[in-house]
Amino acid sequence: MGYLRRHPRAVPYLLIAPGLAWLAVLFVVPLYYLVTTSLQSGDIYEGFRLTWQWSNYGDMLSQYRPQLVRSALYAAIATVAALLIAYPIVYFIARRGGQWKSLLLVLLVAPFFVTYLIRTIAWQTILADEGLVVGVLRDVHILAPDGRLLATSFAVVAGITYNYFPFMALPLYVALEQLDGRLLEASSDLYANSVRSFLRVTLPISLPGVFAGTLTTFIPAMGDFVNAQLLGTPKQYMIGNVIQSKFLVIVDYPLASAGAVILMVLILVGVAIYARALGAERLTG
Amino acid sequence: MSEIDVRLRDVTKRFGEFVAVDDISLEIPRGSFFAMLGPSGCGKTTTLRMIGGFEEPTAGTVLLGDQDVSDLPPYKRDVNTVFQSYALFPHLSIADNVGFGLREHGVPKAERTARVGEALELVDLTGYDTRKPRQLSGGQQQRVALARALVNRPRVLLLDEPLGALDLKLRRQMQLELKRIQQEVGITFVHVTHDQEEAMTMADQIAVMNEGRIEQLGGPTELYERPGTAFVAGFLGVSNLIAGRLDGTDVVTADGTRLAVAAGALGGRTGAVRLGIRPEKIRVADGDAPAGAALVGTVREYAYVGVATQYVVDTPAGEIQVFHQNATPGVQVAQPGTRVTLTWDPQATFLVEGETE
Ligand SMILES: Nc1ncnc2c1ncn2[C@@H]1O[C@H](COP(=O)(O)OP(=O)(O)O)[C@@H](O)[C@H]1O
Ligand SMILES: [Mg+2]
Repeated sequence: MGYLRRHPRAVPYLLIAPGLAWLAVLFVVPLYYLVTTSLQSGDIYEGFRLTWQWSNYGDMLSQYRPQLVRSALYAAIATVAALLIAYPIVYFIARRGGQWKSLLLVLLVAPFFVTYLIRTIAWQTILADEGLVVGVLRDVHILAPDGRLLATSFAVVAGITYNYFPFMALPLYVALEQLDGRLLEASSDLYANSVRSFLRVTLPISLPGVFAGTLTTFIPAMGDFVNAQLLGTPKQYMIGNVIQSKFLVIVDYPLASAGAVILMVLILVGVAIYARALGAERLTG
Repeated sequence: MSEIDVRLRDVTKRFGEFVAVDDISLEIPRGSFFAMLGPSGCGKTTTLRMIGGFEEPTAGTVLLGDQDVSDLPPYKRDVNTVFQSYALFPHLSIADNVGFGLREHGVPKAERTARVGEALELVDLTGYDTRKPRQLSGGQQQRVALARALVNRPRVLLLDEPLGALDLKLRRQMQLELKRIQQEVGITFVHVTHDQEEAMTMADQIAVMNEGRIEQLGGPTELYERPGTAFVAGFLGVSNLIAGRLDGTDVVTADGTRLAVAAGALGGRTGAVRLGIRPEKIRVADGDAPAGAALVGTVREYAYVGVATQYVVDTPAGEIQVFHQNATPGVQVAQPGTRVTLTWDPQATFLVEGETE
């Protein structure tokens, strides 16, 4: 204790030390291996050696540009769709749920207690050609008589939307639940009807929740491969599928690592642009 | 005859079985400072919220001027509220908070900026435009809430315990400030408080409420000098209430003492009543005193507080509290056990209802 009393400035650093150690072991070290692996060359029989093979990045970017673009596109569409679906539902639960709030929230996320894989396989059945949904859509001529849902981009985006729904819903719920109802009375007192109150009070105050929800949805969605694999075809494959097959099937660690680094950088840049656009300082400050 | 800004006609509000506001009728004249005073839970906030449009009356009508607004939502009423919690918008600057209502009313930006500036000047917050609410102290936030309501120049301004969250010194200061602002803008203020001193300091008219009803409505002096019920007599200051029966213009106590009543205080009462006399209107004397305005008793205890001495005196008519101003040099305190005569001017008395068993 004597040391701390003589050096009070050391206290914050000591307190943050366990967190820093955690970050070092679980983030910095793996990142280091990821980046060095991405610059290696060789093959699984001869072994991989660090040869500063920058062309791995060029190869990845040129060969798999469609998958990269598709990942960003699917993830973005799914994120927007999840936001548009989740916001009204969560708004209703948080603002109008009354005594049923907790129950409704549990019901909303209950399907997600089932494992990811099983849920996605269930969607195969739901969207199957012989399934009820396709049958009805064909009958009402929304789908052509030989039209399909499964194995289309729609199925993959729908699967991603569904699977990451709680990541959108829960941050939104927190933001909307915390909104002080007296602020809405105040805006109503100041001549704003319910639409105007929503636009000028509820929505801006819930923006941090929107920000958090879109990030926690978009980031994992961008790297997803399960939905494209189970609900799509190679034509719907995303960068996640490429990385997965390079790691586990083709066993080309350097290229897979380069793909992972590219994905990470893309997400970081995207998040930075997004945060700037939304004004993250305003959101968090 | 001045114009009436707010009229409540037989307004009742029930929450389930519970009657929060019980058949209230009142009229608030234009430009007055009107206070609703009563203990916590007596229905003040609920009444105010019915004027603002946040609660719908279970029965009765609310009129602003001549317009029945009972079914209008808050945003269609020409009324603004200063909320007890202030309810400032945390995501908006002070200027945008104050300009919120003007913008909803479609006031052009230039005029809006000018009026927001004026309103901030009125509450002494010039230069705070770009701050956020959380960067201000409680007292400053309170003034922003006031400016945000006043800037719209509503017909009526509703204030729900607006000073409740402030410390005593700031509260006293803001009471005078609010009064000054009200006189300056000339808008009708309806002010809810449970602090009788606050109501007395600020209001032209006070409605004393109890259990969802208006006990008495009047000016501060009227309510203090001539309270109409035991509740009002006890809620505004301290009163001695002496039980007896009315006989002509005298109250006769159980032990036969006759006490005269001020002619103006009779109010058509008969039978069992209580005669009221404020502690500071009673003189402690030795020797004889005029009949009909005197009681003889024994000092039970006293407290010397400098400016005055408070006595509790046992008399045949019950325990009497006396507040004796120490106005002469060399005060002699009457020790416990001393026989004293208590006298007063019959004009200082008032009558309230008899005790209900
Ligand atoms: N929304 C409500 N639901 C049920 N009871 C309520 C509601 N609002 C107020 N009350 C009750 O009505 C009574 C009067 O409340 P209120 O008008 O807030 O009193 P005051 O402002 O005088 O303290 C209280 O007993 C309170 O519990
Ligand atoms: Mg109240």
